[in-house]
Amino acid sequence: MARLKKKLVQWEPTDIKAELLTKYPPKVARKRAKQIMINEALENTTPEIVANVRTIPGIITMRGCTYAGCKGVIMGPTSDIVNLVHGPIGCSFYAWLTRRNQTSASGEKNENFIPYAMSTDMQDSDIIFGGEKKLEAAIQEAYDLFHPKGIAVFATCPVGLIGDDIHAVARKMKEKFGNCNVFAFSCEGYKGVSQSAGHHIANNQVFRHMVGTSTTEKTDKYKINLLGEYNIGGDGFEIDRILKKCGITNIATFSGNSTYDQFASANQADLSAVMCHRSINYVADMLEVKYGIPWIKINFIGANSTAKSLRKIAKYFGDQELIDRVEEVIAEEMPAVEVARADVLPRTEGKTAMIFVGGSRAHHYQELFKEMGMKTISAGYEFGHRDDYEGRQVIPTLKVDADSRNIEELEVEPDEKLFRPRKSPEEMQALEKDGLHFKEYHGLNPDMDKDTIIIDDMNQYEADKLIQIMKPDLFCAGIKEKYSVQKLGIPQKQLHSYDSGGPYAGFVGAVNFYHEIDRLVNSRVWSYMKAPWQENPELSATYVWE
Amino acid sequence: MLLRHTPKEIMERNALVINPAKTCQPIGAMYASLGINGCLPHSHGSQGCCAYHRSTLTRHYKEPISAATSSFTEGASVFGGQANLLQAIENIFTVYEPEIIAIHTTCLSETIGDDLKQIAIKAEKEGKIPKGKHIIGAPTPSYVGSHVTGFSNMVKAMAGMATPTGKKNGKVNIIPGWVEPSDMRELKRLAEMIGVDYTLFPDTSGVLDGPLSGEYTMFPKGGTTVQELKGCGDAIGTLALGEWCSADAARWLDSKCKVPCSVLDMPFGLKATDRFIDALRIVAGTTVPDEVTYERGQLVDLISDMHQYFYHKRVALVGDPDQLISMVEFLTSIDMIPAYVITGTPGKKFEARIKELTKDVPCEVKVKAWGDMFLLHQWIKNEPVDLLIGNTYCKYIARDEDIPLVRWGFPILDRQGHQYFPTVGYKGALRLLEKILSALLDRKDRDDPERTFELVM
Ligand code: SF4
Ligand code: SF4
Repeated sequence: MARLKKKLVQWEPTDIKAELLTKYPPKVARKRAKQIMINEALENTTPEIVANVRTIPGIITMRGCTYAGCKGVIMGPTSDIVNLVHGPIGCSFYAWLTRRNQTSASGEKNENFIPYAMSTDMQDSDIIFGGEKKLEAAIQEAYDLFHPKGIAVFATCPVGLIGDDIHAVARKMKEKFGNCNVFAFSCEGYKGVSQSAGHHIANNQVFRHMVGTSTTEKTDKYKINLLGEYNIGGDGFEIDRILKKCGITNIATFSGNSTYDQFASANQADLSAVMCHRSINYVADMLEVKYGIPWIKINFIGANSTAKSLRKIAKYFGDQELIDRVEEVIAEEMPAVEVARADVLPRTEGKTAMIFVGGSRAHHYQELFKEMGMKTISAGYEFGHRDDYEGRQVIPTLKVDADSRNIEELEVEPDEKLFRPRKSPEEMQALEKDGLHFKEYHGLNPDMDKDTIIIDDMNQYEADKLIQIMKPDLFCAGIKEKYSVQKLGIPQKQLHSYDSGGPYAGFVGAVNFYHEIDRLVNSRVWSYMKAPWQENPELSATYVWE
Repeated sequence: MLLRHTPKEIMERNALVINPAKTCQPIGAMYASLGINGCLPHSHGSQGCCAYHRSTLTRHYKEPISAATSSFTEGASVFGGQANLLQAIENIFTVYEPEIIAIHTTCLSETIGDDLKQIAIKAEKEGKIPKGKHIIGAPTPSYVGSHVTGFSNMVKAMAGMATPTGKKNGKVNIIPGWVEPSDMRELKRLAEMIGVDYTLFPDTSGVLDGPLSGEYTMFPKGGTTVQELKGCGDAIGTLALGEWCSADAARWLDSKCKVPCSVLDMPFGLKATDRFIDALRIVAGTTVPDEVTYERGQLVDLISDMHQYFYHKRVALVGDPDQLISMVEFLTSIDMIPAYVITGTPGKKFEARIKELTKDVPCEVKVKAWGDMFLLHQWIKNEPVDLLIGNTYCKYIARDEDIPLVRWGFPILDRQGHQYFPTVGYKGALRLLEKILSALLDRKDRDDPERTFELVM
C-alpha cells in the first residue's frame, strides 16, 4: 500500500500523459494527445475531448465494427426475429452466442432463434457475380423452415462493395410472404469508426420497420420503454423484476430480452427511460417527436442509482400511489444491499479501478465502485461520442465528419394517428422545475475527480503503460484485454459480457457485483505470482534434516 | 429446448447455412502467425474482423492474443487499403517492436483487390521496415474454403521465408497443422525422444500456454524463429501433418527448395501415430527408443481393457477435415461407429476419404463436407447416437438430445485443458480415450437402474 501511494505521488497526471505518448510516431502522438484528457471537473465546463474519430491503423484497438454493433449488440438479444447474415461465414460465426445476452423467449409461441447462427456463406462466385440470388434463396429457406414473424438481414463488408441491394431483396420477400416482415441493415463493418455506427443503423431500422405496427392496445397504468439495456448476464431480468414490483409496466426493452411485439408496441409507452445514452439517445428523441413520448436518463447500475431512477419514473407519473409504492420497494430492497455492502466494504474500501468499455458503462459502473468505497482513477469509452463525456449540451457543436455523415439520420415527424402528447407543456415545465430533467445527460467527465485520466478509444499499449504507472487494483475492459492485464497480476473484470455471472443491475445486481469484485480483488491467486525460490533466491539458510 | 426450431424432417438447403461447422480464413492465419517467435499478426481489413478473431482465440486459450488491424474506413474500402497498411506497418514497428509482422487479408481487402506483395515492396522501399525485421503476407479470402484454408495459407507463407543455402542442415521440417500448443509440445517431445533434429512450424507452445507470473510480454519466448524458418529450405525432408492444414507448405518447399516431403495424417489415435513415428524414424535414420514403444503398448493395453465399452457405440463427429480423418480412423480401430461425420470445410476429397476409412464399419456412415451443425442435429434426431465429439457449440445439441459430449476441436470456449494436455501421439490418444470413457461411463452411472448399478467397470 505504501509503495502504491508513493507511485501515485511520483507521477503527475501530465507526466503520465506524456509517458503514454512518448513512443508514438509524431502523427500518432498528436492524434492521441487529443483523446487523452486530464480531468479538471470544473463547475460548469469541462475541457473538450476528441472522440468518435477513426482508429489509427496498426494501433491495437479495443474497438469492433459496425456489423458487431448492429447485429451483435442491438439485434442479437431479440428472440423471435430470425437474424440472417449476408456475407462470408466468419462474421456470422463470431457473433453466435458470444455476448451473454439472456432471453426468456417470451414471444407468443416462445420462439427463440438466438442459439441459431444463420449465414448465406458467400463463395467467390457470389462475390464475382453478386449475392442477391443467394440471399433471396436463403431468406426463402429460413422462412420455410421457421415461419418467423420477422427476418432481419445484415450486410457484412464485401456486400456493400459488390453492390448487392439487400433492401430490395428484403422488400421483395416481405411482399411475397405477406405474413413475415423482412428488413435489412446496411451495417458493413467499414462504415463509421466503431460499433457505435452499427447501433445507429440498427436502431433506425427497428424504428422504421417495427415501432408503431402493433394493433394490440396496452392498457396498463404506468407504461415505460427501457432504452439501451441489453440483458447481459440477466440485467434486464432484474430491472424488470423491480419495475414489476413497483407496478410499472415495461412495454419494450431496446433490446435486451426483446420480442417483435415489444418493439411494435413501443409507441404506446408514456415515458422512455434511457439507460445507455450512447447506443440509443436518438431513438428516444425520435419516439418523442413521432409519438410524443418524453424521455429521461436513468441508470440501474448501482443500488443508489436504481433507487434514484425509480423515484424519477414515479415523479414523472406523479401519482401518489406509485410514489409510495416505489418508496416501499426501495425500503424493502435496500437492507439486503446494505448487509452485502457492509460485508465487503472493509476489504474493498480505498481500492482503485480503471474502466474502459463501451459508451455508458465506463460511467455507470463508477456508481457501484463508489458504493464499495473504490475510486475510479482512469476511465474512457471504446466508442463514446463527445456528448457521452461532456454532456448533451455539446451536441449542437459536434462536427459531422466524413465517417459520421454516412450514417443515416432519420427525419421524423409527428405521426398523424399515433402522436399523442403525454404531458402539457405546463406540466413538463413544472416537472423540470421540480428537478426532473428531460432529455438531459451530463456525461462522464463531471462525475470523475480532478486529475483523473480520461482516455478515449484506449488501446493495448496505453493500457499496459497506464497499469504499470498507476497500479490499479482492478481493471475493467473486454475479453481481448483480459489476459494481458491479468498476466501483470491485476484482476480484470469484463464489463461488456461480465465474463460470467450477473446480473449486476438493480438491487440484486448490486449485491452480486459487490461480492464479485470482493472475490476478484481479494483473491488469493494474486499472491502466488512468484515461487518461493524466486522470492528468496539466496541459499541463506541451510536445511536441517532432522 | 435450446434448439427448439430444429425439425426432424430434413429439408434440402442450397443457400442457407445454419450453425456453421467452420469459420473464416483469417482466424486460421492469425493462429498460425502466433506460432512464429516475436510475431504480431496483422489483419488487413476493417477492424471488426480482427476484433472477432482475437476474441475467439482469447476465449479458446484464455491467453492474451495481440493482433493489429488496418482499420479500414469507407474511404479505404473505395480507394484501397494501401495507405492504411503502410501506416500500420510503421506504427507497429515503432510501438510494439515485433521481429516480424504476418499480414493476412480479409474479405474486404480481397474484394477490393489489394495486393499484399506490392504493398510490402512499397513499405520496404519507403524504409518502413527496420533493418533485420520482416513482413510476410498471406491472402485469406473467407469466401473460399474455411479457417483451415487460412491456416494453411499462412503456413505456406511461413515456408516462403525459406532461403536455401544449398547446403543441407540435417533437420526435418515438421508441420503440425492446426493443433493445440500442448500437441505441438508433444510432437517435439516425441521427435526429441526419437533423436530427430527438427524445425516445427508453426509452434504455438510457449506462446499460448503461458504462465501467470506477474509479468506480461507481448512476445513470449515460444514460437518458431525467423532464423529457423529461413533454414527450412535446407532441411533433409518435411513431414506435413494433415492434407488440409499442412500439405501446401510442404509441397511448396518440395518444388521450390527441393526438400522432399511426405504428407501424413495428423497423429491422433493409434495407427496415425504409428505412421508418424515410423516416418520420423525413417526420414531421420534413427531407431525408435523403447520408451516410445512402451507408450504405444500402454495405449493398446487401455483399448483392450475397456473394449467392451467402446464396442459398436455410435458417435457423431463435427470438426475440421484433418482432425476428423484421424479421429474416424481411431474410432473405427477400436470398434466404435463413427455414424455421422460433418465438416464445414468444403471438399469432396474429404467425403471420399471418410468413406474409404469406414468401408468395413457394419452400418451406414453419413458424411458431409460443407455441412453444418443444423444438419448434424437433424441426423441425430432421426437416428440417435451414444456420443458426440466436437467443439463447444455442440453442447446445445448434447443438452437437447441428452447425449454425452467430448469437447475436441475448435473453438472450446467452456472447458479447460486443451492448451495443456495433448491429444496427439500415444499419450494424447490415452487422454482421448480417458475422455471418451468418462463421458460414456458417467452416463451409464447416471442411467443404470439401481438394480444393475456397477461398482467395478
Ligand atoms: S468479413 Fe471478416 S470476419 Fe467476416 S468472413 Fe470475412 S474475414 Fe471473416
Ligand atoms: S468483415 Fe466487416 S462486418 Fe464482418 S467482422 Fe469484419 S469488419 Fe465486421
